[in-house]
Amino acid sequence: MDFTYDDEQKALREAVRGLAGKAYADFESRRTATAEAPGFDEAQWARLAEMGVLGLPFSEDDGGVGAGPVEIGLVCQELGRVLAPEPFLASVVHAGGLVAAAGTPEQRADLLGRLAAGEIVLAAADTSPGGRWSADAEGVTAAVDGDDWTLTGVRDPVPNGARADHVIVSASLPDGGTGLFVVEGAAVTRTDYAAVDGSRAARLELDGTPAVPLGTPGQDLTPTIATVSDITRIMGANQALGVMQAQVAATTDYLTSRKQFGVTLNTFQALNFRAADMYVSLELAHSLVDWATMTISEGSQDDIADAADRVGLQVARAGRHIGQEAIQLHGGIAMTAEYSVGVGTAHLAVLEQWLGGAQHHLTRLSARVGDHGAVEALG
Amino acid sequence: MQLKLSAEDAAFRDEMRTFFTTEFPQEIRDKVLAGQHLTHDEIVAGQRALNAAGLAVPHWPEEWGGKGWTDLQRHLWHEEMQRAGVPAPLAFNASMIGPVLAQFGSQEQKERFLPKTANLDIWWSQGFSEPDAGSDLASLRTTAVRDGDDWIVNGQKTWTTLGQYGDWIFTLVRTDPEVKKQAGISMLLIDMTLEGVEVRPIELIDGGHEVNEVWFDDVRVPGDLLVGEQGGGWTIAKFLLGNERVGVAPVGATKRALARLKEDAGDLLDDPLTRARVAELENELLALELTALRVVAHSAGGEPHPASSVLKLKGTELQQAVSELALDLAGPGSLASGADDDSPVPGWARRTAPTYLNLRKASIYGGSNEIQRQIIARTILGL
Repeated sequence: MDFTYDDEQKALREAVRGLAGKAYADFESRRTATAEAPGFDEAQWARLAEMGVLGLPFSEDDGGVGAGPVEIGLVCQELGRVLAPEPFLASVVHAGGLVAAAGTPEQRADLLGRLAAGEIVLAAADTSPGGRWSADAEGVTAAVDGDDWTLTGVRDPVPNGARADHVIVSASLPDGGTGLFVVEGAAVTRTDYAAVDGSRAARLELDGTPAVPLGTPGQDLTPTIATVSDITRIMGANQALGVMQAQVAATTDYLTSRKQFGVTLNTFQALNFRAADMYVSLELAHSLVDWATMTISEGSQDDIADAADRVGLQVARAGRHIGQEAIQLHGGIAMTAEYSVGVGTAHLAVLEQWLGGAQHHLTRLSARVGDHGAVEALG
Repeated sequence: MQLKLSAEDAAFRDEMRTFFTTEFPQEIRDKVLAGQHLTHDEIVAGQRALNAAGLAVPHWPEEWGGKGWTDLQRHLWHEEMQRAGVPAPLAFNASMIGPVLAQFGSQEQKERFLPKTANLDIWWSQGFSEPDAGSDLASLRTTAVRDGDDWIVNGQKTWTTLGQYGDWIFTLVRTDPEVKKQAGISMLLIDMTLEGVEVRPIELIDGGHEVNEVWFDDVRVPGDLLVGEQGGGWTIAKFLLGNERVGVAPVGATKRALARLKEDAGDLLDDPLTRARVAELENELLALELTALRVVAHSAGGEPHPASSVLKLKGTELQQAVSELALDLAGPGSLASGADDDSPVPGWARRTAPTYLNLRKASIYGGSNEIQRQIIARTILGL
């Protein structure tokens, strides 16, 4: 049992921290990057590719690096710290993860190779209006005529859906089950909009749109989709952890520098105690994030699903607590779009509702409380 | 980063689990697992069984019975004990005065006291808090005045847990009223059978007798019972209160209490709101246990991990929250706390109200949770 990074992992963290910090340590540059579509900096996307970050999760045969979940998690943490808007989580972890898990060797080499090289952006389209974090394909249906497949339905919201060169769409199969399809972005009617944290999402309207099955045509991929979603949730929790770490640091800096009544705010115990409680939430969330991340490589599919629910619940609760208190302890400045702290709270809300909120995870965990005695951390 | 225990640590855990579940007296474990209080004799018998197997004081120096384990091994030992319902060695002996004497005591004191302390042949009480010295311990007023080679002790200690069983008491006393308040404190070991020592029970809100006042009226204590330097008591107190990294949070016991409550609750667990409360508590306990593991795995030989301060704060909150859930599930049956075993209300439900009230202490003792927040704010966050 070991909760520390090895030297290579530390080096990766420093490299990503350096690259992300150079781009966004000045929060104004993040505002500029998110001011209009595509909501991120294409040049920074290319630099992430150059560093090898965009190919981290994929095997060397597929044009990637073959890194493990710990490495991917620490990249998410570092991007979260500076609220980097590049779609690593949506495009590489989620959409790329679906291709890696379900694609044929040719599809993987093509799509993941170009993704790793920074040549394309992928998006995953699995949510329809009114949908709530389900692995089945409600809202889009697939039809087949000979070898030609088409999709019909609406996906919304699709993170980075308007910018994506290819979209990985889940759809109900004619013979039941859920398949995954590669759809050309340009072949879809797309409506782009901004989410509250400045990231972009889109409505995708499919109407007999040509699509290529990912992997074996007609195969039910529901379990695969569920596991990739769970891994994405755990990586989203890593990203949220980075956001929260930055918020706690910014809040303590502010309390020791901001003066009111002629003294710094840390003169007031009421404020310090609230900051201490933020730290408690942060460390408990950190422990579950590390645990869930390690479960990806050491556990079964069921273990990963359980870990995603547990870390999803803990991080959603911590995100509300830390995000709200960070704003409150700063006061009015954190209500402005010019300051990173309040935007961090917006990003935490977006991550949570995109990947699954506390109530969703709690409902699932509640259904299972009778299945075990105590919950064991070490198996 | 790796979740699995090493083969060596996994084997160690199995060894502990086997001993605790097959060799430790079953009747004592059954009472602990059922949430019942142990008698004096059962506590003594339990510690002697551990000591006979070399498992009572593994964290002491090896020449006095320690095992030279890693922090992780100590954590596993502690968790397996709690999991099996084995009562932990008496904290006053094993965690407090034992390590203090091993570190600060004279050779004569070590030889005289340590073996008997490990075996609970001497039951130690703690004489720190006073009516006007709680969180502000350094303002204590019990005095010890030199008279020839002896010390004459006068004053009052309070909140002395299980003092009614105490053979000896380790006290902080003021030996010099003229200097800065911390510098005038010394540690003195006092035989509780001496003339002038009086133990008076304090009745608590749960109806139980767990803590006491201890009064000292011209008690004559031989000079060789001062521990360490005269005026060195504050340093010893900080060592005693601060050297504990393992077992700070009552994780295993709280997990066991919640798992047991699920069994006891029966059909009540069909209620979705109850299930949600259980699920939420289980998740927080998992986060706490993992935090405890991060702390022990990180602190081998070095400074404690900064997150260790979280453990006491959150651990006691969760311990209390589980007791509140138990009270809610017991419902009207919780009123029967004074009924005898002929009551149709099950024992677990009858114990919930006293337990709920008793555990309010957990966020007060051992450095109140407000003191913990102060430590986090100052030491970790630099506020």
